[in-house]
Amino acid sequence: MFKVRMPKAYRHPSLDYRLRTSRTIREAENLHEAKKAAVPTPLVYFVDMDNATLVMEYVQGPRVKEILDKLNHQDRVKLCEGIGMHIGQLHRASLIHGDLTTSNMIRLEEDKVVLIDFGLSFHSHNEEDMGVDLHLMKRVLDSTHHFHSQEAMMAILSGYEKIVGNQSSLRVLKKVREIECRGRYSGERL
Amino acid sequence: MRHPFCLGIESTAHTFGAAVASGEGVICSDAKAAYVPPLGRGIHPSEAAQHHNSKAHEVILEALKKSRIRPRDLDVIAFACGPGLGPCLRVGATVARALSVYLHKPLVPVNHALAHIEIACLTTGALDPLVVLVSGGHSAITAFAARRWRICGETEDITIGNLFDMFARETGLATPGGPEIERVSESGGDFIDLPYTVKGNDVAFSGLLSASLRAYGKGAALPDLCFSLQEVAFSMMAEATERALAHTEKKELLLTGGVAANKRFQSMLESVAKDHDTRFYVVDRKYGNVQSKNAESLPTSELGL
Repeated sequence: MFKVRMPKAYRHPSLDYRLRTSRTIREAENLHEAKKAAVPTPLVYFVDMDNATLVMEYVQGPRVKEILDKLNHQDRVKLCEGIGMHIGQLHRASLIHGDLTTSNMIRLEEDKVVLIDFGLSFHSHNEEDMGVDLHLMKRVLDSTHHFHSQEAMMAILSGYEKIVGNQSSLRVLKKVREIECRGRYSGERL
Repeated sequence: MRHPFCLGIESTAHTFGAAVASGEGVICSDAKAAYVPPLGRGIHPSEAAQHHNSKAHEVILEALKKSRIRPRDLDVIAFACGPGLGPCLRVGATVARALSVYLHKPLVPVNHALAHIEIACLTTGALDPLVVLVSGGHSAITAFAARRWRICGETEDITIGNLFDMFARETGLATPGGPEIERVSESGGDFIDLPYTVKGNDVAFSGLLSASLRAYGKGAALPDLCFSLQEVAFSMMAEATERALAHTEKKELLLTGGVAANKRFQSMLESVAKDHDTRFYVVDRKYGNVQSKNAESLPTSELGL
């Protein structure tokens, strides 16, 4: 599969080039790093930096976004726990995904999830960055999967905790809460 | 039966505004008075509040007079209850409450962000849009689902209006900063590399502000800097918008808030809308700031793109 970062007509050409090339490199590097951390990701075969193009393995399956609301309770919890574990594995390896949405997760047949789209990923030991990662996940569940968002988030967090441990998980969750309160429209704060 | 009439009062920041609108969405009048801080300074909340205090009666009388509605024929008094600047909000709230008690009319508090969104939907005719709300008080991307406005993305620190105002203040441009920066940027064109921060669907502007001011301190030309600052800040918002559009699959995109008046940002979002086969609406300049009729509603196909 070819992943081509197309030029965006609305962006200034130099900014556009900078973003497309840097994200292509990041994505190639961190797809590999994630794999080392035991997170399933597509294999990268070739990087063409100048054309902001990655050649990588094609992953067959629906995006989690399309199926999350259709699953029964048990399957949904199982799927979300798996997602949480993968996020935990990334964070344990100091890797921040940067764009944890349900569009960026592909579900394989045997209840396995592959994470994709590492263009905004980066290395960090910082709990703040891990908090932002989980905050985005929560935001996406609230805005696009609102009927199951609480259930899904709980399952993700339980999977996350299994990997990073109770202490780290609590510290990151405290950060998530802090980040939420920074937002202007946080429901809980009102 | 006649439609109900509402007097709306707004004092979230530098402007004290009053308007009368009917239940069918006709804006009968729209009056305002703006506090203008001295050059090189931002809004001083208590000075702005004093300004509102001294202008409130004139503005409300003007709104009532233009609307030709007698105070006792009003049905509802509404006011913007925040978010906004505390001392300023208090003026509008106090005046609205006093009128409500005196005239025996129900008092309705209205969320500032919702007011921006609703006036834009009313005047453009957008039905179910993804909304980009950009102003001094907000930078958020939001969509309506299951009886609530859901935030798809927002700023994690300052708003885009704050970014422009603070940059303008430090570089001696007039307040509000947005229109000034837009004007100055027109004579610039050399792109200066500045930090670009998109975190998933969220954005953050404080690093961009610091780096821009640092570049200014090192002698970068102001027009080029204004140009680059706009390019980077708007590209960040446009990218977050594009992501939200892809994720929510909405078929309308609505730009509202004070910063919606910026032509460069409008053209960027038009381009995003076109790529996603989405109708693009932008709120009329005069309703960018919350208040209350004829707005542009241009499908992208008619914009000559």
